[in-house]
Amino acid sequence: MTTGQHYIILGGVLAALLTIAPGLIWLERRLLALWQDRYGPNRAGPFGVLIVLADTIKLFFKEDWVPPFADRKVFIIAPAIVAITVLMSFVIVPFAPGVIVVDLNIGILFFLAMSSMGAYSIILGGWASNNKYALLGAMRGAAQMISYEVFMGLSLMGVVLLTGSFSLVDIVEAQRGMWFVVPQFAGFITFLIAGIAETHRLPFDIPEAESELIAGFHAEYSGMKFGMFFVGEYLGITLISSLVVCLFFGGWLGPAFLPPLAWFALKTFAFIMLFILLRASLPRPRYDQLMAFGWKVLLPVTLLNLLITAAIKLT
Amino acid sequence: MLSILRTLWLTFLHMFHKRETILYPEEKPKLPARWRGRIVLTRDPDNGERCVACYLCAAACPVDCIALQATEDETGRRYPEFFRINFSRCIFCGYCEEACPTYAIQLIPDFEMAEYNRQNLVYEKEDLLINGQGKYPGYNYYKVAGIAIGGKDKGQAERESPPVDVRSLIP
Repeated sequence: MTTGQHYIILGGVLAALLTIAPGLIWLERRLLALWQDRYGPNRAGPFGVLIVLADTIKLFFKEDWVPPFADRKVFIIAPAIVAITVLMSFVIVPFAPGVIVVDLNIGILFFLAMSSMGAYSIILGGWASNNKYALLGAMRGAAQMISYEVFMGLSLMGVVLLTGSFSLVDIVEAQRGMWFVVPQFAGFITFLIAGIAETHRLPFDIPEAESELIAGFHAEYSGMKFGMFFVGEYLGITLISSLVVCLFFGGWLGPAFLPPLAWFALKTFAFIMLFILLRASLPRPRYDQLMAFGWKVLLPVTLLNLLITAAIKLT
Repeated sequence: MLSILRTLWLTFLHMFHKRETILYPEEKPKLPARWRGRIVLTRDPDNGERCVACYLCAAACPVDCIALQATEDETGRRYPEFFRINFSRCIFCGYCEEACPTYAIQLIPDFEMAEYNRQNLVYEKEDLLINGQGKYPGYNYYKVAGIAIGGKDKGQAERESPPVDVRSLIP
């Protein structure tokens, strides 16, 4: 691949992601409305799409307030971390054959590293806000991400065992015969749950928990700094959806009547819809329930899955 | 776990339900007949003003948004010289309608009264007075049915008119 092509892919991926992230705001509002017997934003532009533009302009014009009691430097850098780490993770996602920024041979490990880095954004944001609710949210976020990261990594190891490679391109290619969702169903479920927890979306939005902690770790954020957390969250949804598709649902593979990129986009879109459906229907569990579910149910399931996969692979 | 899946499915099915939202400017909401909205002054069937300027509505008004001045025409019939309702103060409680002895002041199902200028919310008599009888068609304060005495039923004597069955008018 020439350098020119590389830059085109890089620019294309970045442009697509930064269009998708605000587009998801509109999509989520429309879909939530759909599932609550409402219409949602439908005034500005066709189907209300321009509400995104209005929202962005509004965010830019809001006062960019840094509380006097906050740790100024950390406070400013925290929102950037979440967006950067998620965007970095997209480096390893193969959108179609050849359409990938870098085909790292440690692909999945890189993603796990980056998603762990994302926890820093929450912790630092909550800590720098110097506000008890923000700190509580940050603590919850840290605890949740650490405990869910454990079996997020383990749940992927089944796929890695079956493929024998950490590279996502190899993993997708290995699914030509059968999607990994069939032999790795437990891995798929645990990865999906861990992924939801990782993006702290409902029902795992314990760090935000607007009904208990106001807005949790980003309680003190306003304007475009809050916007960065927002964009990071939606990018995270896209990331987890596209990873689920790559790891368990055959990525770009599909019948030939649609191009590979379209198959990938379609599958990812279906999972984004699932994320929003989860938000529309499920209540938030209590903090201790979340922890107990993670350590006492999901972790044993993941370990069992890993053991069985390894045993089958060995024989 | 099954209950979670059931919840997801039931929420998903809501996609195909009827929307609750009324898309307001294009689609008007259906207001009940007794909705307390814009206040009007009505006329009797003979096209005379029903209002006899008794000040009871102004006295009943909890926010003092009604102002009027009584006067008499050449036949001695009382009517308001001016009648002013400040809708920027009005709370649409309907007490004026309840206090009115002649069914002159009525609240009707209309709420589209928004104005850019606050001053425009002060309605004068020519804005309030309508060319109709409102919720009580056929009622005339100056017509009496009288009382029934031996050999004469209600509304049978000279200058008496047959009684109106108010219950038949309930919307």
